Amino acid sequence: MNGFIQIVRHDLHLALRQGMDSLMVVAFFVIAVVLFPFGVGPEPNILARIAPGVIWVAALLSSMLSLERLFQTDYDDGSLELLALQPVALEITVMAKVTVHWLTTGLPLIVAAPLLAVLMNLPDEGFVPLLIALTLGTPALSLIGAIGAALILGSRRGGILLSLLVLPLYIPVLIFGVSAVDAVIGGFSAKPQLLILSGLLVAALPLCPWAGAAAVRQGIE
Amino acid sequence: MPHFTGTDLVCFRGERTVFTGLDFALAAGGALVLRGPNGSGKSSLLRLMAGLSQPLAGTISWDQEAISEDPEVHNQRHHYIGHADPVKPVLTVTENLRFWTSLRLSGGVDDAIKAALSRLGISHLADVPGRFLSAGQKRRVNLARIVAAPATLWLLDEPHTALDQAAMNSLDDAIAGHRDGGGMVVMSSHAQAAPDDAQTVDLGRFQERLFKEPEA
Repeated sequence: MNGFIQIVRHDLHLALRQGMDSLMVVAFFVIAVVLFPFGVGPEPNILARIAPGVIWVAALLSSMLSLERLFQTDYDDGSLELLALQPVALEITVMAKVTVHWLTTGLPLIVAAPLLAVLMNLPDEGFVPLLIALTLGTPALSLIGAIGAALILGSRRGGILLSLLVLPLYIPVLIFGVSAVDAVIGGFSAKPQLLILSGLLVAALPLCPWAGAAAVRQGIE
Repeated sequence: MPHFTGTDLVCFRGERTVFTGLDFALAAGGALVLRGPNGSGKSSLLRLMAGLSQPLAGTISWDQEAISEDPEVHNQRHHYIGHADPVKPVLTVTENLRFWTSLRLSGGVDDAIKAALSRLGISHLADVPGRFLSAGQKRRVNLARIVAAPATLWLLDEPHTALDQAAMNSLDDAIAGHRDGGGMVVMSSHAQAAPDDAQTVDLGRFQERLFKEPEA
């Protein structure tokens, strides 16, 4: 546990010093969503209809955008190799990195989402399910993405490969995240969708750090 | 009495055999120097010893127990210095060292770092951000990392790289002090700088045997 806390503290410290990274992720999220009213036209009804999907897809892409750096900078300067040689299980190290990734990208996305929902004319009753779904979904995105980020270590053009690896795995989160919001807007309960999202998160919590650690071991060998 | 041994090691890397049937044994206070030309497997052997990769055959043991049995326990007792010096450019020297030391020590981290910095003669760099350090200074920070948190076994891959004469001397002092306290050192080195009483493993001989040109 001490190792987990130390790594989270160190990486948060690094993220704060480097500053702009998580700000840029949020900026990308906002700009990507803002493009849609320009692209499909400003009719409120059409925007309201596509709002949940647009916000989710933009959140997915911005979460993925910052994944490449999850292990890459540590890999390049030799820190990752050294982290694997500390008396801390590599699974814990990966979990700590994922936690920091979520705190610096997932959490700011959740904070920015209501603003974009207003912009996209999302019906009022959709706000709460959108936020709950994002709260359950974005940690799952960070967890799943960690496997991809570890697999691309050492490869050139890693960024594109990463999106090919990770985006298909994001589809379940996208489907249930969007349909949770749509259900409430359509007058139904979002409980089943939110339960499935929780299930995805609970399954990803032990499996992804384990798979990610195996991929990191492969990468640094 | 701790005992670090390797028996009948075979290392296979990049579709070729690097060495076969390699043995070594190291007791408390001992030093092992790996010699051989470039590409003869010095770094590969050190990485096997650290547990970063696994030998194709043979076992590396600590007190008769294979190190692959419990990697975390093995990590606790060794320090590894590779080719890279992981110093984060945006953190100061002390902040860099505090992270690595706090993963191994539960208390007294700051005092240990101060002592290690003065041991390596870089106390004046304590508050300098990593991005302003030269290659030799980064190497010294990396060496301060292993001095700060005690571990029995030091695995040093070309530790003298980029160091000036004064720094080489303080490194040699640190190694001697470590061995006096019962520690072990395995290091690869081109330079003559090696403890006089060290055992030597010559990896060049494998290359001659394995890669002899077929006679016409």
